[in-house]
Amino acid sequence: MLRLPRRPSTLAFLLLASLGTACILIFAFSGQSTAAQQQKLLATQALVAKLGLTDLALFTESRYTRHPTQADLHSALQDHPGAFDHFPTGSLLPPPALLTESHAESRLAVAGKTASPD
Amino acid sequence: MPNLASPWLEKQRHLIDFTLASLGRRKTKNLGLLVAYALLVFVLASLALFTNALRTEATFVLAGSPEVILQRMVAGRHDLIPPGYLDKIGRIRGVQKKEGRLWGYYYDPVVNANYTFMARPAEEVASGTIMVGATLARARGLAAGNVISFRSYSGKLFAFKVASVLSPDSELLSADLVLVSEADFRAFFEYPAGHYTDIALSVANPLEVRNIAAKLAEALPDSRPILREEVLRTYQSVFDWREGIVLTVLSGAILAFVILAWEKASGLSAEEKREIGILKAIGWETGDVIRMKLWEGLLISLTAFLLGFVGAYIHVFHFGAPIFEPVLKGWAVLYPRFTLVPAVDGLQIATLFFFTVFPYTAAVLVPIWRAAITDPDAVMR
Repeated sequence: MLRLPRRPSTLAFLLLASLGTACILIFAFSGQSTAAQQQKLLATQALVAKLGLTDLALFTESRYTRHPTQADLHSALQDHPGAFDHFPTGSLLPPPALLTESHAESRLAVAGKTASPD
Repeated sequence: MPNLASPWLEKQRHLIDFTLASLGRRKTKNLGLLVAYALLVFVLASLALFTNALRTEATFVLAGSPEVILQRMVAGRHDLIPPGYLDKIGRIRGVQKKEGRLWGYYYDPVVNANYTFMARPAEEVASGTIMVGATLARARGLAAGNVISFRSYSGKLFAFKVASVLSPDSELLSADLVLVSEADFRAFFEYPAGHYTDIALSVANPLEVRNIAAKLAEALPDSRPILREEVLRTYQSVFDWREGIVLTVLSGAILAFVILAWEKASGLSAEEKREIGILKAIGWETGDVIRMKLWEGLLISLTAFLLGFVGAYIHVFHFGAPIFEPVLKGWAVLYPRFTLVPAVDGLQIATLFFFTVFPYTAAVLVPIWRAAITDPDAVMR
């Protein structure tokens, strides 16, 4: 049967040693991707080259966040006064009420203006 | 030399035993501090690991994107490439290939999401069919063989058969993609014949890219060349900025922890003062008291750091960083599912280590030294 060490210092050393070993292993293996990961990355890189993709699809809400590298320079407020932007100020402003309404309601509300957000 | 090392080691072990027993007497307070400390390291390390892994992955996969993208500007805004524009580029030395690209955005009111439509040659995507990104397929419940219809901006309804769903491995880049044939793209968006969205140029020699961009800007003053190195630089700054925003949001919590740790480390409770007085009265030297407290600071801060860091690694690379998903997701309806390839920046983690472990350990020492050099009788009163 496994006996726990009596001295608290031994327990503390065991805890720190196991956490320390985990950290060393993380650093040792962080640069080495597995064959599957490498294959995945290379396949994605090949898709990027084939389709000529330029941006990550992380922020799909508007065109200048979907393709920040291809967006017009200084896109802020270019479409309508309520358009949020990708400058730090933009993150502090709440979304225009128009965008948080359901599509059917927003179509009525913006009669005569654009029916789709940017 | 085990004979010399052993007594020293044994003494340190006894000091640690005593420190742990002393910490155990104020279990709730010290455990609370350890949890708060580890949580702070966890959040900061998660942020550092997540942004670094995303940055590394973006740099790797975007290395395959076109060397130069040429946009045409009209009145300061991106405009279509008119017929004949490609020929104006002529034969610039070093340009291997130039092709007009067709792509645009489509807002789907069914799921309130934006898609990126992109035209592909007919041999890749047959007319009447589409290939879709895995995230989009999930959002609309699509699989190969299904038929989906989109209402174009002109009000006409177009039905497409899903030829295939793009690999989920590339979801980070293809989440919202809809690949259509060139004819379908032009019909759907009523794109003027002979016009393109932009031009992609392949350059054989990377050292030539800047010269070619300068020549393009000279030959076509209304154009805006976007270099691949600029694309990569944009992503570096995008993640730096997002990291900065989260840090700003967290700054209140960081400050609260600094106050808590400083209060705990630098201010001695009456009980702790009495303990030091008793230790000195029974013959402990000032050095021993300081050593004991140094061990206390090191044990707490080191355990919290290691726990926080290992927890952050598991959170980011095994669970896909669910804490940061809302921050990155913003108002987007489509958000890709992805697991990042582990990438750790040693310098970043070393900086985190330095700014979490050292200040706490140092803050412990000052009041202890002040209490330890005073008369035991005065301290105990």
